[in-house]
Amino acid sequence: MPVILATDLIVYFLAGSIVYFAIATRKEGILSSAWRELKRNRLAMASLAILLAYAGVALLDSVRYRDPVVEDNGRVARAADGSVIYSAQALSLLDRAVEGLRTNTEKTYSAPFASTLYSKESVELPDGTIKRDYPPLKHPRSHWLGTDKVGNDVLYTALKGVRTGIVIGAGTTIVIIPFAIFFGVFAGYYGGFIDDIVQYIYTTLASIPGVLLIVAFMLLFGSSGYQGGLISRSEIYLKFFVPNDRLFWLCLILGITSWTDLCRLIRGETLKLRELEYVQASRAFGISKPGIIYRHIVPNVMHLVLITFVLQFSGLVLAEAILSYIGIGVGPEMGSWGNMINTARLELSRDPVVWWNLFGAFLFMLALVLPANIFGDAVRDALDPRLRFR
Amino acid sequence: MPDIVIEIKGLKTWFKTPKGVSKAVDGVSFSIPKGGTFALVGESGCGKSVTALSIIQLIPEPAGYIAGGNIILNNRDIVPLSEREKRDIRGNNISMIFQEPMTSLNPVFTVGDQIVETIMLHQGKSGAEAKAAAIEMFEKVGLPDPAGIFYEYPHRLSGGMRQRVMIAIALACRPDLLIADEPTTALDVTIQDQIIKLIKELQAEMGTAVLLITHNLALVYQNAETVGVMYAGKMAELAPAKALFRDPMHPYTVKLLRSIPGQEKRGKALDTIRGTVPPATSYPAGCHFSGRCPREMEGCAAIEPPLAERAPGHFAACHLHDPEFMAKPWSKPLRHEPDAMPPLSVPHDKRERLLEVKNLKTHYPVRKGLLKRVVGHVKAVDGIDLVVRKGSTLALVGESGCGKTTAGKSIIQLIRPTSGEIVFKGRELTRVKESELKPVRSLMQIIFQDPYSSLNPRLTIKDTIEEGVRALKTGLDKKGRLDKVTEVLERVGLTADMMWRYPHEFSGGQRQRIGIARALAVDPEFIVCDEAVSALDVSVQAQILNLLKSIQRDFGLSFLFITHDLAVVEYIADEVAVMYAGKIVERGTTEEIFSNPRHDYTKKLLSAIPRLDPGLVSAWKLPDHKPGR
Repeated sequence: MPVILATDLIVYFLAGSIVYFAIATRKEGILSSAWRELKRNRLAMASLAILLAYAGVALLDSVRYRDPVVEDNGRVARAADGSVIYSAQALSLLDRAVEGLRTNTEKTYSAPFASTLYSKESVELPDGTIKRDYPPLKHPRSHWLGTDKVGNDVLYTALKGVRTGIVIGAGTTIVIIPFAIFFGVFAGYYGGFIDDIVQYIYTTLASIPGVLLIVAFMLLFGSSGYQGGLISRSEIYLKFFVPNDRLFWLCLILGITSWTDLCRLIRGETLKLRELEYVQASRAFGISKPGIIYRHIVPNVMHLVLITFVLQFSGLVLAEAILSYIGIGVGPEMGSWGNMINTARLELSRDPVVWWNLFGAFLFMLALVLPANIFGDAVRDALDPRLRFR
Repeated sequence: MPDIVIEIKGLKTWFKTPKGVSKAVDGVSFSIPKGGTFALVGESGCGKSVTALSIIQLIPEPAGYIAGGNIILNNRDIVPLSEREKRDIRGNNISMIFQEPMTSLNPVFTVGDQIVETIMLHQGKSGAEAKAAAIEMFEKVGLPDPAGIFYEYPHRLSGGMRQRVMIAIALACRPDLLIADEPTTALDVTIQDQIIKLIKELQAEMGTAVLLITHNLALVYQNAETVGVMYAGKMAELAPAKALFRDPMHPYTVKLLRSIPGQEKRGKALDTIRGTVPPATSYPAGCHFSGRCPREMEGCAAIEPPLAERAPGHFAACHLHDPEFMAKPWSKPLRHEPDAMPPLSVPHDKRERLLEVKNLKTHYPVRKGLLKRVVGHVKAVDGIDLVVRKGSTLALVGESGCGKTTAGKSIIQLIRPTSGEIVFKGRELTRVKESELKPVRSLMQIIFQDPYSSLNPRLTIKDTIEEGVRALKTGLDKKGRLDKVTEVLERVGLTADMMWRYPHEFSGGQRQRIGIARALAVDPEFIVCDEAVSALDVSVQAQILNLLKSIQRDFGLSFLFITHDLAVVEYIADEVAVMYAGKIVERGTTEEIFSNPRHDYTKKLLSAIPRLDPGLVSAWKLPDHKPGR
């Protein structure tokens, strides 16, 4: 029985747009010439490959279904009314693909590629004597990034964090961009009363401390939401579609609190653009204001959107870490890099230091944010006709 | 021979670019005596400014470097000096004033601070002494209330006053050489004149040598002793100013001089140069002007002409003046363009009124405070009357800020005027609703000044031109629109296949042509040319003026020509209206205004423009192709 979370829709939307752009580059037009330009940039293509791999992992992790409960006699368990009983856990395709990583747990911490646990315990030797030593692992040398305090594979947790990171980055941006472009362009182009209202809104929003607003919002909406782990927790169990997903509320509030910067940038750029002569020339043709905005203003502010998106992406992943730390971010059972960093706080202060949780999160974040920056830059250049044909 | 202050010998300043070495300055030599003025003229991109920056040793490193040659200042070569020694020279021995007085002063310091900094650094004076010296300098450059201005911030001063401050700073240490890079280009005509006079006065008093860089040839004629004409990184001609203007030898110089608009050239086309300046990375091996020269010979592209003395003190780098070359078989002419310019005038028959402006006022409200209450009005246009006749050109002249651009935009309803009447083809426009203006929109168009911001960088030329057709000529289908775009592109001298390109692939002149094509595409009858040729080089400006005149002749268009350039007005306009502080102070035919100005402001304006002697202008001829002995 499939289960769809509200945040899955964000991932599907992202996957859909990737497919759309892939098809659009096949047709003649600005996208196809930009794609030809991009293909010449090997660094950008390598970055794209990494980004697609991330998107693929996120997509695999967003398709999930619940298995029927199988009784000991091999038959599918049924309720009294004859309906099939499903397991409380909805495993994603990713969970199923890396079954080994998920289930090969140890007792507690073990270093990457180690064959023993990280701390000494009393081990009973075959001859019956008890010795203080590092006990051997159940799955020696199979944990590439070690295991955490409860013995879960860190690589698996980091992989699970991919979806969270992508959802936070993409989901928040999906909230930000329409707000920012719409309000910014209209405020800048129409000016006057509309400008006053928009400025009033974003000044007000920006004057409320962001964290407080996020905390209040999450306590109102997010606290009862699905936090990862068992699907039948709290009141949401047995639903096919889960709208009350904590991560979704997090994206929403992060978007609401962070569209103002981009909006302000776009408004300023629009103020400049509307006085430019090609806009005046269009007005002399009697073209309507929405027409001018669509043809002349929006394409010329897109570079700001792209740059802000790429710069904000890493900031959003970090924001997730901070919010998880104060307990209103992603639930502890939903793997996230924020949670990994958060646990690393204590692990780094113990002796000997447990570094692989932090390292794992760092590695995965770097490998997402760096290609995103490089690729974003390359896309901006490729879309700018001024920089082509040099 | 008086003392030579600076001598430049075979200067080569090159830049490393991804496309190869760009030879911005490729072997330039000249010298300036004490108290002398040397003018470096040429079109943009010919290497004038790079030469100046090389002399003051401010080449943007490491991309740019001096690849060869010497710069000898007071008998000392300054090229090999260390950065520390060069710093001592800058501001002390050589100083520079720039084109833009708005950006060459730091807005967060008072002008006093900025001049004292220079004086203390180079002359080792104490603060109080430096201040006294600064105030003395301010007095010298004719600033009112020098002691008070010492404490002013740059934004409180007008453009002309800022340029005076810049001159004061530049001359504070009594440099041996003052480099003036387009010192008056950004200023109004009347102020231009004052600034040039001021530089001349101070030069006479201090004995400073001046390197004047400009593209204004009339200014050069009146103010320089020696002139160097640069083309594509090389000196094409070097001569005493009077000799150069009496008898220009290099075909480029002749072409350049003849492309300047003016009263003498009315009714005829302006001279233009074919093609464009080659990129600095790929100059021809021989004469850099080959390929564009109206007198090119077979050997020109391969053999480099030396800059040789052809008359006393008059140097020209052209094979035409070299008897030895002319005797060789490769002196056979490759191209021989006619020397006389074809006539280009607009017939005078039907001249009924097309547009009438009565008491037009455009006021901008000034808002203040929390509730944005209107506390006053800026009266940008304050009651003007104009008449534009069919098939004729009305020039609206005036200095920056007088409201001429606002007037133009108000007339074509880009800005809705506050009051007054605009009657276009018998229809009153000011009270018509925006949505009902559409039929009139196609009849009134506008061409802008800046060829860079007048085209959307993200649209192809086809999309740009098609935009108006799509909006205003709704009867046309896709094919019809494409035909229209092709037609106008070809009319303005571009080819149809260019429509698929983006604006950045075109030069300034080509972009201006595209702007004209965009306006033409909707079949207008009246076009406002808002400083349409002011941002262009003389030779490109000549092409555009020729184009505008020929489309006026062919389509019977009327122009409202908004400009501050009186030479252009003299050449193109039938009638002139002089605007000052939002009002028209004088109206009349071009002849009346220029021969008999009545209003004081018009008189001041006309006396301020540097002029060439009409006798000289008619004598400019391309050198003949005389086969050698």
